[in-house]
Formats: sequence, C-alpha cells, structure tokens
Amino acid sequence: MNILDLIFIVIFILITVLLAVPLAKYMSRVFSGEKTFMTPILLPIERFIYRLIGADENKEMNWKQYAYALVIFNIIAIIFVFILQLIQGYLPLNPEGFPGVRWDTALNTAISFVTNTNWQSYAGETTMSYLTQMLGLAVQNFLSAAVGIATLLVLIRGFTRKNTNKLGNFWVDITRTILYILLPLSIILALILASQGVVQTFDPYVTAQTLEGANQTIPLGPAASQISIKMLGSNGGGFFNVNSAHPFENPTPVSNVFETLAILLIPISLVFTFGYMIKNFKQGLAIFAIMTTLFAVGMGIAFWSESQPNPILEKIGVSGDNLEGKEVRFGVGPSVLWGVSTTTVSNGGVNSMHDSLMPLTGLVYMFNICTGEVIYGGLGVGLIGMLFYVILTMFIAGLMIGRTPEFLGKKLGPQEMVLAIIPIILPHVAILSMAALAIASPDGLSGLNNPSSHGLSEIIYAFLSFVGNNGSAFAGLSVNTVFYNLFGGLGMLIGRFATIIPAIALAGLLAQKGKVPTSSASFPTTGPLFVILVVAVVILIGALTFFPVFTLGPILDHLFLQGGIITG
Amino acid sequence: MKQGKSSIFQRKILIDAFQGSFARLNPLKLLNNPVMLIVEIGAIITTILTIYNIFISENFLFNLQITIWLWFTVIFANFAEAIAESQGKARAESLKQTRTDALANKIRADGSIEEVSALTLKKDDLVWIKEGEIIPSDGDIIEGTALVDESAITGESAPVVRESGGDKCGVTGGTKLLSGEIKVKITVDPGETFLDNMIGMVESAKRQKTPNERALEILLLGLTTVFLAVVITLPAFSNYMGISISIPILIALLVCLMPTTIGALLPAIGIAGMDRLLQHNVIALSGRAVEASGDVSVVLLDKTGTITLGNRMATEFIPMEGVELKNLMEAALMSSLADETPEGRSIVKLVKKELKVKGKDIHPSDKSHFIPFTPETCMSGVDIGDKKIRKGSSEAIKKFIENNGGIATSEIKTLVEQVSVKGDTPLVVADFDQVLGVIRLKDIVKEGIKNRLIQLRHMGIKSIMITGDNPLTAASIAAEAGVDDFSAEAKPETKLEMIRNYQSGDNQYLVAMIGDGTNDAPALAQADVAVAMSAGTSAAREAANMVDLDSSPSKLLDIVEIGKEILITRGALTTFSVANDVAKYFAIVPAIFAIVYPQLNVLNIMGLSSPASAVLSAVIFNAIVIPLLIPLALRGVKFRSTSSVSKLLGMNLLIYGAGGLIIPFAGIKLIDVIITFLGGA
Repeated sequence: MNILDLIFIVIFILITVLLAVPLAKYMSRVFSGEKTFMTPILLPIERFIYRLIGADENKEMNWKQYAYALVIFNIIAIIFVFILQLIQGYLPLNPEGFPGVRWDTALNTAISFVTNTNWQSYAGETTMSYLTQMLGLAVQNFLSAAVGIATLLVLIRGFTRKNTNKLGNFWVDITRTILYILLPLSIILALILASQGVVQTFDPYVTAQTLEGANQTIPLGPAASQISIKMLGSNGGGFFNVNSAHPFENPTPVSNVFETLAILLIPISLVFTFGYMIKNFKQGLAIFAIMTTLFAVGMGIAFWSESQPNPILEKIGVSGDNLEGKEVRFGVGPSVLWGVSTTTVSNGGVNSMHDSLMPLTGLVYMFNICTGEVIYGGLGVGLIGMLFYVILTMFIAGLMIGRTPEFLGKKLGPQEMVLAIIPIILPHVAILSMAALAIASPDGLSGLNNPSSHGLSEIIYAFLSFVGNNGSAFAGLSVNTVFYNLFGGLGMLIGRFATIIPAIALAGLLAQKGKVPTSSASFPTTGPLFVILVVAVVILIGALTFFPVFTLGPILDHLFLQGGIITG
Repeated sequence: MKQGKSSIFQRKILIDAFQGSFARLNPLKLLNNPVMLIVEIGAIITTILTIYNIFISENFLFNLQITIWLWFTVIFANFAEAIAESQGKARAESLKQTRTDALANKIRADGSIEEVSALTLKKDDLVWIKEGEIIPSDGDIIEGTALVDESAITGESAPVVRESGGDKCGVTGGTKLLSGEIKVKITVDPGETFLDNMIGMVESAKRQKTPNERALEILLLGLTTVFLAVVITLPAFSNYMGISISIPILIALLVCLMPTTIGALLPAIGIAGMDRLLQHNVIALSGRAVEASGDVSVVLLDKTGTITLGNRMATEFIPMEGVELKNLMEAALMSSLADETPEGRSIVKLVKKELKVKGKDIHPSDKSHFIPFTPETCMSGVDIGDKKIRKGSSEAIKKFIENNGGIATSEIKTLVEQVSVKGDTPLVVADFDQVLGVIRLKDIVKEGIKNRLIQLRHMGIKSIMITGDNPLTAASIAAEAGVDDFSAEAKPETKLEMIRNYQSGDNQYLVAMIGDGTNDAPALAQADVAVAMSAGTSAAREAANMVDLDSSPSKLLDIVEIGKEILITRGALTTFSVANDVAKYFAIVPAIFAIVYPQLNVLNIMGLSSPASAVLSAVIFNAIVIPLLIPLALRGVKFRSTSSVSKLLGMNLLIYGAGGLIIPFAGIKLIDVIITFLGGA
C-alpha cells in the first residue's frame, strides 16, 4: 500500500470540500434568485431566454405542472437525440462520414443521455459524428444535470414552504442552473483540460504510421468541451470509447486530478446548498457526514483491496499492487479514488477498467451503486435519494422516541411513506428482475465474456449501472445488442423517473402541510446518532437486497481468486 | 376496570385466543395483514409439495418440518392478535352484564310514569330514578341530587355525588343510584350509550387502522415486495451458477427475510394499547387521538379542579396592630363554627391546628346566632351577646364597621393589599366597629401537580393554565404550580380561540385539552387530544375523543405515555425485525450455496451443522420469536422519561437494533445445536 497515495486521497477530499462550501453558498443564492457577482453579466441573457421560450419567470407551478413540464421536456429530448443519431449521415460536421446509428443503439443512447446515465453501448469514435456528440450528447449532458438539480430544488421547497402548492418554475430552475453554474464551471474546466492536452478540434481523424509500418487512425474531435460537462454534471459519457482512460480524454495526472475533482465538486456542494437553503447548515453537514462515512469505508476497502497482489499472478512471480486494467500514468490511488467517486456520484466515467478490479473492489463499486447512488450521488437526484433514506430513518427513529414521525418540521404519514418507499424499492426490483431475465436467457448470455461468478458480476453490474443511472460498465459484456439496448433503456427510465416523479409529488405533499415546531421532544437530526442511524439504514435497506446475488458474484469471485481457482 | 393486575395469560383468555388463532387461518381474514397472508400462501405451497413428496414416496421429512413451522408462524401471529382481542372481549363481557335488562321509569308527556326496558329509551326521554336502581341510560340530571356508585364502569368503589345544574350533572347508564331521587333527561339513543361505545371499543369491532399504522404497513409491504423479488429472481442466478434450490427452501428464505415479526405483532400492539388505556380507566374513542397524544406539545388545563383543589383555604391570620393573634383566631373561629362553606371549614381547621386544640373542645356557645353568607352582604358571621363578629370582603367589612361607628384605617388597606398582591384572597374579620385582622385564603395547588407538570415539560409539552381569575391571582398560582403560561380572565370562547391559534399559527402545535363543563365542549371538539371527565356533562363527553373514568385531570400524563409507548413498541419491533435479517442471511445463504461452492462456508460464521438444519433453524427462530415477543407487544415498550430524546433513542436502538442483530445469531445457533442433538433434519 502506497502511503503517498493515501495522503494524496485525503488532501484531495479536503480540498474538494473546501471548494464545495463557497460554491454551495453561491448556488443557494442563485437558486433563491438572489443577486450574485455573475448577475450583472448573465441577467440579460437569462431574461432573453425566458422571452425566447415564452416562460413567465414569476409564475410558479404546482407539483403536477412541474412534473408535467419536466416529463414533456425529457420526452422531446429523447425523440430529438434519437432522430439526430438516425439521420447524422445526412448532416454536417461528420468528417468521418459515419452513417446513421442503428435504431436500438440510438434509442438506448438517447435515453441514456437524457436520464443522466450516459451508458454507452456504442464506441464514440467509431459511431457518432461531431454534430451528434455536440448537439445531441453534450447538450443533454447540460440539460439532464440541470433537470436533476431542478428536482432537488422542488423537494427543498417542499420542506421549506408551508401551506402552499407552489413549487417554483421548471424553466427558471433549469435556465439558472445551466447559465449560472454548469456553463461557467465547464468553461473553466474545459480550458484547464485543453491546457493539459485534451483535444478540441473539428478536424478529421489523423492517420499515422506506426514504427511497425502499420497505419493507425487517431480519432480527434471537440472533446475538451464535452468532457468538462461530462465530469461536472455526473454524466460520464466519454467522447472516446475507453472514456477517461483515453490519452486524449484524460492525458496527464494533473488532468486526472481536475476531472476527479469535477466528479465530486457539485454533488458535495449540493449537500451544503441544501443546508443553506433550509437555513440549517448543520443539517447539511450531518448529511455530508453520512455520505462521507459511507464513502470513506468504501474507499478504504477498495484501496486496500487494490493494493494487494493478485494471488494467481503472485504464483508466477508478479507481486505488487493490482495494476491490471489501470493506466500507469495514474496508478492505484488515483484510479481507485476515481472509481469510488464515479460509482458513488453516479458519474459513470471511468479511468480504469472495472472488469480488472479485485473482486472486493468490484463489490464496493456495486455497493455504491446499489444503495441508489446516494453517497453524494448524481446531480440533485443523489441527495434526493439520501433524503428518501432519511425519511425512512426518521420514520423508525420517530417511532422509537414515541412521536409520530417528522423531518424538518413536516409530519410523515402514509402518503409520504409511499413516495419515499417507491424510489428505494422499485429500482431494486427492476435490477434483480432484469438481471435475472438476462442471465436466464440466451440473448442475455450471448455477449458475456466470462463464465461463473465473474460473469455474474458483469451482468449484475450492467443492470445496476442502467437502473442506477450510473453509466459505467464493468465491461466484459457486449451490450450493443437489441436485448441489452432495450432492457437497458427501460432500466434507465425506471431508475430515473422512479426517483424524480415521487420526489416532485412528495414536495407537493410536504409544501401543503404546515410546520410542526421542533421541541426538546423532537429527535435532533444533526447529531452523531442521526448520522449512525442513517448509515445503518442505507446499508440495511439499500444493500441487504443484493446479499445473495453479491455472494454468488463478487464474494465467490474473491474466494475463487484467493483459493487460486481460475474459472475462465 | 381495575381487576387487580390482570395477567396476560389468564386461562379463559388463553383458550379464547387459541381458538381465535385457528379461526383466523381463513385467508380472507388475513387480507388486511398482507405479510402474514404471504406466509400462509407459502405454507400452503409447501404443504402441497410435502403431500406430493409423500405421494411419490420421496424423502419428505425436511419439507414437512419446514411446512409445520411455516404454519406455526401464521398461527403464532394470529395468536398475538387474538390474545389482544380476547383481553378486550373479557372486559366487554363483564360490561355487557350491566347493560342487560335494566328497567326504567319513563315519565310520559302527561306526567304519568311507565315502566319500560332501558334499551328502549331514546334521546330526550325523561326518567325518574329511585334509590337502589340502576341508571338505565346516559343522561343529565335535571332535578335532584344523587350519590352514585360508578364502580361498574370505573372500578372505583367510592361513590360520587351528581347533582342537577353545573358541571357534575352527567350520569352514566349501568351505574347504580345509592341514595337520593333524580329526574334524568336521556341524552343518547339506544346503542349509542357510553357503555355501548365502551363495549364496541374494547371488542375492537370499530377499530380502524391509524395513519401511523398504515404508514408502517406501507414500509413493511415495501420490504416484503423487495424480498419477494430477491427470492423469485434467485433461481435464475443460482441456476447460472449450477445450483438448484428447492421451492420450500426459497419459501423459507422469503419468510425469514420478510418482516414477519412486526407484521405478526402490529395488530396486537394497537389493540393492547387501547386496552392499557382502559386499565388506566381511560376510554379512547379514537385510535388516532391516542397516537396524537404522543405528539402533543401544548396542553390547556383548567385551573379549578385541575391545578388547584378548587376551594380556597385559610392559611394565615394577620392581626391588626394592637390586636393579639389569639383574639383574631378566636373571633375567626367563632364566626366559622357554623359556617359550612369550604372556606369556613378551612378556617376552623387552621385555628385548631394553630391553637393545638381538638375538635371536641370547641362548641358554639348557646347564645350565639349565626349569620350566613349572602351575595348581597358579602359577609357572614356570628352574634354572641353583644359581640357582632363578621368576616367578609374588605369592602363589605368597611361598610359594616362604618355603620357601627368605626373608622376604616389605612392599615386595613395595606394588609389587604399585602395579601392580594400574592394572588391570595383577603378575608377581613371585624368585631362590631373594630377590625381585628385579615385571614389569608389561598387557592391550594394540588399535591404532586408540580411534579407532573415538570414531567410534562420533560416530554416537551407546554402547559397552559386557563382561569377566570384576575391576572394577579392567576400569575401567583401559575408560578406556584409551575405551569409554563397562563391565560387569566378567560371566557369560554378564549379556550377555543387559543386552541385554534396554536393549531394554525406559523408553528402548528398539537393541542390537548382537558375539560368537564358544557362550555368546554367547543374547545374539546377543536383540540387534537380531548379528554373529558366522566363526571362532566354529556356535551363535554360527546365532544371529546377520550373519556377519563376517574375524572382525574392529571391522567393526561398516562395518556401521553401510553400513546408514546404504542409508537415506541412499533418502532422497536420493526427495527428488531429488520435487523434480524442479517443473521438469517448468514444462516441460509451459505447453506444453499455451499453445497456446490464449499468456499462459501466462510460465510457460515455461526458454524451451523448442516445446510438443512441451518435453514430449519432460521425458520424455527423466525416462528418462535413471535410468541416470545407477544408479552412485549401487549405490555408495550416502557417509555422512559430520560434527560434527552437522543438518550432514549440510543437506548432503544441498543436494545432492539443491536439486540436484533445479535440475538438471532445466538438463537439460530442454539436451535441448530438442539436440532443436531435430536438428530433431526
């Protein structure tokens, strides 16, 4: 185990948090419509956009109107991206002359980018034209991230408002999110990445002659601009197939640090934003503590596990860290830090191959996803998911102190319970059913490269990634088939909307209620006991479901490996 | 209802419950308990499989054992609910006996009297009740005073006085008139009497699920759904890995993972909670109100009768300058010997105490002539020869001595003010033309009320005293009793107004209110938790959602505690149930996989002897934990008023959370050892 790696990880997290807090303050001002230092520059543009789309910024929506606007917005986006891919052969900015994308791949990709999953069943550099990448995928990187944040804003309003059905304006929320937060940050990051050598060009691919005399095509494209938002917006859809392991997507250790920072920055920041917006910073801090505890434990196991030599390779004299599938320019520490971050945050970008991880590391990554990616989590939806767990926890905790349950002054009754349970339960049911279907059908097994428990891990990871809207792949599974494209698409839709719709409905329910005062008889939701309790609930409710499957998958895989048994 | 300490396991109740638990096997009856319905369906499937095994002469022993224990799981769950109900039914039976066949003397419109069955009495009927008769139905006394034995419904043997007019006019059907004759106006229709309500409540015929119960059921249903998905999809994964799992084992896994413990005990917790209230002589007319009582953050208390004893008592004699204390006391005594008002009696008592004389030694002189209090004179007193002793308000006495040629000095005024400034009532004593001194009459705060209010505060409940007194008096009593706030010079509307303000302001408080008078009825109807005294008027009782049979206002504390205990019990058993799953996973999962993959035996951390006994042990543990927890479900988890809620939660988490993690490991291991020893499985 490399001590320097460990120190790097700790310092990195500290710096990320230090950057996240001021950003959180800024974001809370933006979301509340207060003046910031960016307002003078951006307000005219904001007004112009409202005029353009005909939105009345002062007209607030109730939960049904908000949900309706959001769903329609997403349906149009899916149709647009779908058609754009089908007809890209007839459109400009296609120097390589790629034909239209196959229908099932196009549909999967459209859903994938609109739901902030960014699962890629295609290889970017051999499938998508520059126009599709920019107008289709990069645009959705912004929009899907903004939709997630907008949903969080609605839920926060549900908690802070009382006796109203007004929950804000969808168009205002996404416009502000993109204009004041995502765009400025991604411009900064794109410049940094370009300085490190990430490509940004409309030129066609370059053909080079290798030392052996063979011809090699080197793909290029407008990558830096797309990668910056891919990292910031918990998207993760790479410009190139191997994602951020590609030297043009993530060329140096420095670019790697910035990309990893970008994965975590906004998700962590949103937790503090929540604290600021409910005027209870300590509450945000407590939720941050829950997430960080889970993050740290996973990080510890993964880092330890990857620092062990592979027992099978050890027999033939190869010792040291498990470097298989990792980029040597990053090494174990930064690779694991990235991996844990990308699975907790629902980013889905990768800088190392998850299929080559030690099984226990794979288990940690799968755990991170199967909790619903609530450890920091995807933009907006991660914190929403955690709030669902908090509601569940407060229900039990409330009972145990002899009060009908409440959180942030809102009573939690049967309806709230239904809306908090669905987003936790439905994705689990979907993951298990679809993975079971895949593993029991020839269509599902046809693309599988590995037998036995490792193969099982590959399939379960794929469905975790679909439904969890993560987008990263364990790999080892050829997924560009009609079967996986369609089931994957369905999984992504379930994962996304089983969170977003209940969250908005819950907000509608909460906002209509009054607030009950907190007294000495209410359970303090900012203390260590609260943190421990929620951590326990996330583990028990979030992960217990998968115990049998994980036993057959990564745990058995681990035991095989330790026993020196080669299954493949 | 006080039947000594009623044991949970009385023989008759046990037999009833035993029969009930089989009657409930009817799946239609389990429809409202989906968790147990699924267990029963599982049991039916394994039964069919076992019969099939026998039929084709396969080894059926393992499946048979699983089947038996699954049926036990359902029966144990049914038993829990049945025993809770039987307890109530036993109480209802004894109540029903008092209801049957009382006769009533109905007064016809023309004034003649007709003997009718009590069950035919309707609202607004008038009845005449004589000494020794059973009161036929609920009503208000409109004529006469009565001594009533209410032990049939309250269990309290001391008879109570009920009289027409005022707030103590209510009588309850089924109670017995010990002395006096009364004319009663019936206030309810047949089948709606207090006794009928009570029987209905304890028989839980009208029991509806409370919002909190429904919310918890949704959680349990959610968990059940996800575990169903786990079990249904498991064969796909295990087949891929070359493991086949039999259906009975899958069902065993499902039943172990589902929250059966809390699913089985949930109905019993609610029923038992109502029953515990009844043991405290409180009848809850709505389960929702019982739960809400755990959340109450404001309680309105009427001063008179709740915080104070209701009568002012003499506590001090303050003589004028130049008057000996003894003289003042003697004069006060003389004037009060024949005074039957509570104030008068308290003066006599105080003098006796101060002068250390026994009651027998004092007799009113023969020559004395007692002058009773009238509202016009505002004083009372006694004439003994030429002595004219009077006591009364300072105004009245001033007039009295001035009429007799005396002069009211400023000293009197000072003394009077000195007393009233502390919130007490000054009673001035004079002899003909000379003021002797002042008696301090104090509103006596009930013993123990301060302590109870402190307990309320610990629970986070703010107490507010309502009184018609002037602010000065109110403040003094409020300070003495330790209420958090008070509202003085309150009119009946004030109560309603206050409750509304608390409920609908920026902060929405849940308000409890205790009342007895008709003028409390609107406020009671508005309060979230409304407790009416059973001695109160029928209007008050109708508006309330709980009735306190003892008419003891400090009962609210018990109600709040029981409300909290019901919730805590639910939370504790849910936590226990969910935490149990960890151990059950570690028992069953290695057992079903390790046959093919012996590496997975590392997960068999309990070291269970064989896969079959591992599965069986988990199922048996899951079943027998239900009857073991029935006493806890019926008694409820005790609410401990600790220094902070975090401490309370921490303690409950330690017991039911950590306990729920650890106990099944030990329990399953123990059962496994026994099974192995017996050579079963």
